[in-house]
Amino acid sequence: MNPILLAVIIVGATGLILGLGLAIASIIMAVPVDEKEVAIREELPGANCGACGFSGCDAYAAALSKGETQKTNLCVPGGEDVSKKIAEITGLEAGEVIPQAAVVLCRGSYGNCEPKLQYSGVKSCAMAQQLFGGPKSCSYGCIGFGDCVNACPYEAIKICDGVARIDPTICRACGMCISTCPKNLIELMPLGVSKAAVLCKNIEKGAQTRKQCKTGCIGCMKCTKVCEYGAVTVENNVAHVDYEKCVGCGKCGEACPVKSISLINLKAK
Amino acid sequence: MKWYLSLVLAAILTNNFVLSKFLGICPFLGVSKQLKTASGMGIAVTFVMLMATAVTFPINKYLLEQFNLEYLQTIVFILVIAALVQLIEIALKKYMPPLYNALGIYLPLITTNCAVLGVVVLNVEEGYNFAGALANTFGAGIGFLLAMVMFAGVRERMESSDIPERLKGLPITLVAASLTSMSFLGFTGVVEGMLG
Repeated sequence: MNPILLAVIIVGATGLILGLGLAIASIIMAVPVDEKEVAIREELPGANCGACGFSGCDAYAAALSKGETQKTNLCVPGGEDVSKKIAEITGLEAGEVIPQAAVVLCRGSYGNCEPKLQYSGVKSCAMAQQLFGGPKSCSYGCIGFGDCVNACPYEAIKICDGVARIDPTICRACGMCISTCPKNLIELMPLGVSKAAVLCKNIEKGAQTRKQCKTGCIGCMKCTKVCEYGAVTVENNVAHVDYEKCVGCGKCGEACPVKSISLINLKAK
Repeated sequence: MKWYLSLVLAAILTNNFVLSKFLGICPFLGVSKQLKTASGMGIAVTFVMLMATAVTFPINKYLLEQFNLEYLQTIVFILVIAALVQLIEIALKKYMPPLYNALGIYLPLITTNCAVLGVVVLNVEEGYNFAGALANTFGAGIGFLLAMVMFAGVRERMESSDIPERLKGLPITLVAASLTSMSFLGFTGVVEGMLG
């Protein structure tokens, strides 16, 4: 037999047999895929941020399609649009989503908060934190090496003058940055409404705070006294605002001698 | 028995597929960033290598050699390995979803992995019997796993070290890979010395 023909036949036949075998195998061992799950997964943003409480977009889509959860509003980055679309697919009632954005609660930029040591190690907040709580004189404020910048899947965070700043128009409130901040400075706040916020987490006594940062909260209680709604409390020498009670009148900001409390109105996109 | 042991050890240490034969460099550099992915890839490659040897050995012996078509080894082996990987993927998805999820993207990547093709071709070239070929393959797979896991450790340490700006990323990875490879030269003769 012609050797060339033989080679062609053998390779061709091997390929054909293997191809047929695979075709049969894919029919016999087909795994039924839930169409709902695929459709939901396509609506989700796919950042796998975990803000929904599941291990990722795939897991949330699977839980929704299997009926393990009835809540369509768990996807924070997706917001109202995604909630409505999921509701359409699953036939569940669309949950309301309060739009939020993350805020860095620190104003300790280079002018306000002087360095206490020369740090020349790895440019990472988590690393710097281990060396006397970071290079800035206030060991409660933003270190400014941008661990949160790296964590943000939407590139919404920038370091301006030594402090992380989050652009609320880009932020999708996924919360990835919140867990990376070694100082726990990042919080979610509602979008589009004026709320007072305390931009400080320094729990030292007033005199000590003053030495560390020009705009640190000294715990003078002036804000608690002027607030008519009981929204501001001082605990551990630092003020807190209850965003539910706060109506955004701005009186606390006017009263604050160090301007560490002020009105914030995060603009939605 | 001693012969099989020396085959396995030689394939792991002296003839390490990645560090001495320079086969399978793509996954070695691509998926060695984390220990978890590196060990996943290593185990997947070992598994596929063993399956590929078990299938291609009889094909070579009873099909290609019968018709004097040894020169078709490369193309037929590629065909068989690719189909085999697909079949394993389908079967795992059906019967072992946890393993399927753990192997994830690495399984299809192995389809065109030269280390897998390399080991089956070398088995034929060296003229091993079936058990010898399996022993050599097993050693090659474990050697690949060892290289991946070792290098993942090196790379995890590089993440937190102060590297000059120009060398960051792939350049320093290649330098580290060459050093790791050189360190394996130290095993030359060890297996022969141990098992005579």
